[in-house]
Formats: sequence, C-alpha cells, structure tokens
Amino acid sequence: MPDSLRLALVIAAKDIRAELRSRTALQSALVFAALVLVVFNFARDPTALAATDLAPSALWVTFALAAMVALNRAFNVERENAALDGLLLAPVPREALFLGKLLANLAFVGTVELVTLPLFMLFFNVSLGHALPGLIGVAALATVGFVAVGTIFSAMAVRTRFAELMLPVLLLPFMVPPLIAAVQVTSRLLADRPLSEMWGWLRLLALYDIVFVTLCMMTFPAVVDE
Amino acid sequence: MRRGLALSAAGLLGVGGVYVLAIGFTPVEARQGLAQKIFYLHVPAAWCALLAFSIVGIASALYLWLKDPRLDRFAAASAEVGVAFSAVMLTTGPIWAKPIWGTWWTWDARLTLTLFVFFLFIGYLALRAALHDPAERARFSAVVGILGMLLVPFVHLSVYLFRTLHPQPIVLKPSAPSLPPEMLTTLLVSTLVFTVLYLGFVTASYGLALADEAREEARDAG
Repeated sequence: MPDSLRLALVIAAKDIRAELRSRTALQSALVFAALVLVVFNFARDPTALAATDLAPSALWVTFALAAMVALNRAFNVERENAALDGLLLAPVPREALFLGKLLANLAFVGTVELVTLPLFMLFFNVSLGHALPGLIGVAALATVGFVAVGTIFSAMAVRTRFAELMLPVLLLPFMVPPLIAAVQVTSRLLADRPLSEMWGWLRLLALYDIVFVTLCMMTFPAVVDE
Repeated sequence: MRRGLALSAAGLLGVGGVYVLAIGFTPVEARQGLAQKIFYLHVPAAWCALLAFSIVGIASALYLWLKDPRLDRFAAASAEVGVAFSAVMLTTGPIWAKPIWGTWWTWDARLTLTLFVFFLFIGYLALRAALHDPAERARFSAVVGILGMLLVPFVHLSVYLFRTLHPQPIVLKPSAPSLPPEMLTTLLVSTLVFTVLYLGFVTASYGLALADEAREEARDAG
C-alpha cells in the first residue's frame, strides 16, 4: 500500500500542477461560488428571514454546486489527447489512480471551500469565531464522501454525450445525506450548541465516507478498464 | 416476450379484481373514510418499487462479478419497471395525503427516501440512454446500481432524524397485523397481483431488450 499511496500522490500532484499552470478552472469555480452566495442573498426576503437563518443552507448549497463544477473538470482534462489512455497504460494500480484523482479533486474543492468561507462570513454577517475549527472539520468530513462518489461519476459522465448534465443528475441524490448532515451540524455550530447534539450527524458523515470511499475504490476498475 | 405479455395481462386482470375487492369487499375505514381505499394500490406499488430497486442492486453486483450480459439486461428491465411503480406510489401518496394530512407533500422520512430512490433510478436510466457501447453501458450502470443500493440506507438514516409523519407499519410489525381480515386479505391479494405485474413487465422488457439487440446485430451484419 505505501507504494500505491506514493503513486496516488504522484497522480494528484500531476493534476494539481496542471491546474496551477492554467488556473482557468479554479478561477471560474471561485467566481461561480461567490456568485451563488450573492444570488442566495437576493433569494431571501430580508424582512421575513434573518441572514443567519439561511446561512447554513446557503453555505452548503454553494459548496455542493461549486464541487459539481469542479468535478466536471476532473476527467474532462484526461479526455483531451486521450490522456486517460496514457494513464491507464502506466503500471499504476487502479486503486492508486482513483485515490490520486480523489486527492486532486479534494484539493480543488477544498480550495474553493476555503476561499468561499470568508466571503460567506462577509455576505451573511456571520462571525465564526471559535466555531471555525469545527466548521472546517465538518466541511472536510462531508466533502470527502461526496467528492469520492463524484470522482467515479465524473469518470463515467465524460464518456456520455451530455457530461455536464449527466454528472449532477447522477451525483445530486448522493449529495443529499452528507448535505443534510452538514447543514444540521453547521447550524448547531453557529448556535454554539454542545457537541453531543451533533454527534449522531458526525457519525453518519464518517460512516458515509468510509462506505463510499471504499466502494468507489473497489468499483473504479470497472469504470476505466475495458 | 410473449410470456411477459401473458403475465402482464394476467396481472392487469388481477388489478381489476383488486378494484372489485377494494370497493365491494373491504369495510370503509372509520376515520379516513373512502380515502383509505387507495392503500390497496399504494402499498403494493411501493412494495414492487422497492423490490425492483433491490433487484437492480443485487443484479448489478452479480454482473460485476460474473460479467453475464443477462444480468445487466435484467437489472435494466427491473429499473425501468421500478420507475413505473414508483410513479404510481408517488402519485397515489399525495392523493391520499391531501384529505388525510391536509397537504399534498411533506418532507417526511419515507417520502423523501422514496423520492430520492426514484431520482436515483431516473439517473440510472438516463446514464444507460447516454451510452452506446453495450459493455461500457453494462459496467457503468452496474457501478451506479451498487452505489445506489448502498445510498438507500444513508438517505433513510439522514431523513429519519427528522420526525416522520408517515403511518407506521401495520402489517409487517412484531405484533399481529392490526387491521380487519377483509382489509388484510385484499392487501395481500393486491400485493400478489402487483408482484405478478412486476414479473410480467420485467419479462416483457427483458424480451424487448433482447429483440432490440438482435435487431442491432442484424443491422451491423448488413
């Protein structure tokens, strides 16, 4: 496994390097996330609903949509010049390939989330204060799960005609459990509730991560190998 | 194909019988009145939808293991039929809920779960429709089928933590079923009829897929 892990890191590094050289996808995803937050603010009646009531859902819908944009990119870059065939010819175990892609996607989505967070605090007038470490923790826990499923679906979607549409149709139902849990934990964190009230949700998130990362890693060979 | 059509016809006749039983044989429920009658369609449809989707998951897992194209065709047929039964379940539900709950829809645990299972399998069928290569289509949809099967408990768990409004089980529960014998008989007959209908539809759809493949092959052979 250490060897596979090293290979996974090499693949992730390749993706991140390619992204840093062009930066187009990252920049668009960031602008997109900021726009979603702005739109959310106008989708609310300020006299009826306080910004803080809507804040957790706005944050997570933004994260989910931004992740979708980011994931669409993941295997699109491998399609050009049949780069994926090259990757598959390399003596890399498929599990390592999946893990590498997953790590790169996590880096990408994580960056978008980290940049969105201060914007969220600004637009929704939320002072995170000591809730910040908890919020980053729950964001990491929720993101790992749906990005793992998104990675495998993105590899499938690029082979279809309407890839940009196919990915959300497949992925959104899978985003529901982590999103519900993350919104619940976030609103409790913002309201300074004790950890015991979030424990059930956190366990659900951890279980989701374990089940789906393992399952995606196991089924990934069926997606890329003829 | 012919067997599927015959089974479907038998099932449809049975549905007619269920209507007769539901209207003539069962008593009118004291508190819900006539609205309760929809239960004889709603519950069996829900049963068939869940049966269909469990079979998609199992057939998908077996396909990745055995690589038998029959399993893939079977999973696809089952998903198609499952979507049809879910549609029945999701339309009869609100018709009942409006007079009884006072609302067409509520974000109750079971409603949300079935709605997402429905979406999941719409996605499954959309993916199948968007892929041309049969081997690739079979592998991809098998992966979606397996992931979908494991998603169901998670959706259930996460929405269950919201309070549920849906009637609790009255037949499949630890104590004896708590409904009059006429109602129970009708429900069981209806469930049987719907299962026959499910088998008929799946067999017909499977035969159709086979015929379709034969046609493609004949066309490619010139």
